[in-house]
Amino acid sequence: MSETVSPPAKKPGLALWLPLLLFGGFLALVVYGLVRPDNREVASTFIGKPIPAFSLPPASADRPGLSNAQFVGGKPRLLNIFASWCGPCAIESSQLAQLAKAGAEIDGVAIRDRKDDLARFLAANGNPFARIGQDDLSKVQIGIGSSGVPETFVVDAHGVIRHQHIGAIMPEDVPVILQKLKEAEQ
Amino acid sequence: MIAELGLAVLWMAAALAVLQLVAGALALRPQGAAMRGVVRPVAVMQGVLVALAFAALITLFITTDLSVKLVAENSHSAKPLIFKIAGTWGNHEGSMLLWVTIMSLAGAFVALVEKRLAENTLLATLAAQAFVSLGFYAFLLLSSNPFARLPQPAPEGAGLNPLLQDIGLAFHPPTLYVGYVGLSIAFSFAVGALITRDVGPAFARAMRPWVLGAWIFLTVGITAGSYWAYYTLGWGGWWFWDPVENASLMPWLAATALLHSVSVLAARNALRAWTVMLGVIAFSMSMVGTFLVRSGILTSVHAFAVDPARGSFILALLAIYIGGALLLFALRAGTVTEGARFAFVSREAALVFNNVMLCGILGIVLVGTLYPLLTEAFGVKVSVGPPYFNPVSAIFAFPMLVVMAVGPLLRWKDDRGGRVAPILAVPALVALAAGGAALAAGVRLLPTLGLALGAGLAVASLLPLRGRNLRRTPLPIWGMVVSHLGLAVAAMGMASESAFSIETLAALSPGETRQVGPYALTLDRIDPVAGPNWTALQATVSARYAGGEADTLTPQARVFANPPGTRTESALKTRWNGQLYVVLGEEAQDGRWQMRFWWKPFVPLIWLGGLLVGLGGFLALIGRVARDVKRLVAIDKIAFRRERQGR
Repeated sequence: MSETVSPPAKKPGLALWLPLLLFGGFLALVVYGLVRPDNREVASTFIGKPIPAFSLPPASADRPGLSNAQFVGGKPRLLNIFASWCGPCAIESSQLAQLAKAGAEIDGVAIRDRKDDLARFLAANGNPFARIGQDDLSKVQIGIGSSGVPETFVVDAHGVIRHQHIGAIMPEDVPVILQKLKEAEQ
Repeated sequence: MIAELGLAVLWMAAALAVLQLVAGALALRPQGAAMRGVVRPVAVMQGVLVALAFAALITLFITTDLSVKLVAENSHSAKPLIFKIAGTWGNHEGSMLLWVTIMSLAGAFVALVEKRLAENTLLATLAAQAFVSLGFYAFLLLSSNPFARLPQPAPEGAGLNPLLQDIGLAFHPPTLYVGYVGLSIAFSFAVGALITRDVGPAFARAMRPWVLGAWIFLTVGITAGSYWAYYTLGWGGWWFWDPVENASLMPWLAATALLHSVSVLAARNALRAWTVMLGVIAFSMSMVGTFLVRSGILTSVHAFAVDPARGSFILALLAIYIGGALLLFALRAGTVTEGARFAFVSREAALVFNNVMLCGILGIVLVGTLYPLLTEAFGVKVSVGPPYFNPVSAIFAFPMLVVMAVGPLLRWKDDRGGRVAPILAVPALVALAAGGAALAAGVRLLPTLGLALGAGLAVASLLPLRGRNLRRTPLPIWGMVVSHLGLAVAAMGMASESAFSIETLAALSPGETRQVGPYALTLDRIDPVAGPNWTALQATVSARYAGGEADTLTPQARVFANPPGTRTESALKTRWNGQLYVVLGEEAQDGRWQMRFWWKPFVPLIWLGGLLVGLGGFLALIGRVARDVKRLVAIDKIAFRRERQGR
């Protein structure tokens, strides 16, 4: 055991410039961060606005209905617009379950759905919802700026929409939505 | 009046910082000898003045002077006194003033007590410290004046983020700040030594206590912050890889690496350039972290005013200080020769290995924190979370734990693996047994490795004490043992939390019982309660451990009036073998209440371990300082005797 190893950065010269070089890269990146146009996610016109007043009857036998008053107070909640007849809604169900498991509280709005269809859908795909409102005329859906199913909104404790996710929640979207929920807590 | 006085002394302190920089720079020249006596007193005076300015701001918050903009925006007359005081630094301007205060006080402290360092290097160090302070003075005075008045006094203050009205806030940020900013001393030492080209064991011994001091505060601050987030956020998690948390972790990793490399430099005169570079990097990480959090480039759970203009200012400071220091490093480090060599199996080599692993973790945390920004530059939006950080940092952390077990047993310079192998048989067996048991219990791979390595290291960390007289073992050795043991304990806590936690979400009516792990939990009742500036719903929960006596837990959902907001107040019951964590949720429509329960076996070990790591540092610091004091006293005595004999 007599061979010697040299400590890092033994050769004076180029290696010594490496930290400065890396720092230069960092600077370039954050300068970009400061000047970039501020277009985080989809800029929905409804973000920052309170959800409209509504009161929906229960859509399933074992969950209560949904009204806008229930979003005020407590924790930020997710509002998921879905339907049993929508294919992508079944795809996102495991991500919804994951979100619920991570502590997200989710309310659902079922769009133009039938009670028995919905019960079958929930039995097959799981039921992560605390409440489910039945929206037969898509009034609520249009009122909060959703144009299709599925869509998911992050609503903070003051009933203000903080984030809109259009389309099915894919596995990579889960941390984003959890982050948005966390941000909405402030 | 107090506000104007505060602002005036702040300007005077900034002027003294200019004097300190100029005098320090002149004193290094042969013809500037007259300036040599000026630098130390100026540094002390600067510290005193800034402390006065900070005291003025605290006074304004205590008296709730609503004609001051900062007070009106962040305080409220109905707030309890402790939160009025804590509110001083719970906002951007106040926390920047705290930053400058600590920085100047640290400089003053160095000027007062540092006797080991070569005088020229000390002058360069104090000049560098003043130079860095100046940037932050400029930032404070030009763009973040904490003493600005309102044209009309506000009728009442706007309050403070409810999340921050917690006793944890009173101590956690100042502790962290002492750590962050304390590292500026290491930075200035490194810059000073680069200027005078005087890097050697004496320099390392002088620098070590300062690094150690800052590092202790960082360690305790991170530990406290983790616990604070754990019980206030109500998510049951203890580490989120949030940018603000990463911002505190990165300087800690760099400071930990520095602490070890500075020991190599002190003992063996090796790793000169590397140590100097880490000195620069550690404080750079403090500044980078602060910048990332304040600029709004990365979003996080923490409540700092986000302002791109301020971001640009801090960015300019970063470019000047970090860029300047690294440029100086690139130009000068080549002339700082590398020093003594060592063999592949030696204590130095183990320390180098762990340095590289620590820097590896630092790198992946930095990359992970910046990654969303990086991919956004290429049009992709991502969020980086635990799925990246946990396994990737484990790649570096696990080998590091192994080498941590071996390194302290190796001899300096050259050793044989065969000599230490028999000593390590016991910890290896312990690790294998723990890992085997965990695997048999169906624990996943990462927690299994964490448990095995944590258990093995816990035993191995005590081995440097074998064969020693425990009473006569030097305190720095005790410090190392306790710190390493603490890290092992924390690793076991983390692994246990991840492997064995049980989470239950239940909707309970009063009187109903739910089983969570070993606990039977009964919701007794829900009552309204009120505090000084909040009202709350409080659940009374009886918790019976394995059918034993009932403990009462009272989680709350608090509603704050000024400003309006809510906060969950979780309730905790700590036992020797774990912790019960209860959160009150909302009322369901049928009179039932949503409750969230966690049973987390051995989770307190995480914070206990963190505190042990800090305690180890404290022991080492006492040992080092006591030896320095003894040495100084001895030198004084000899000088005194010589003087008498001379007469």
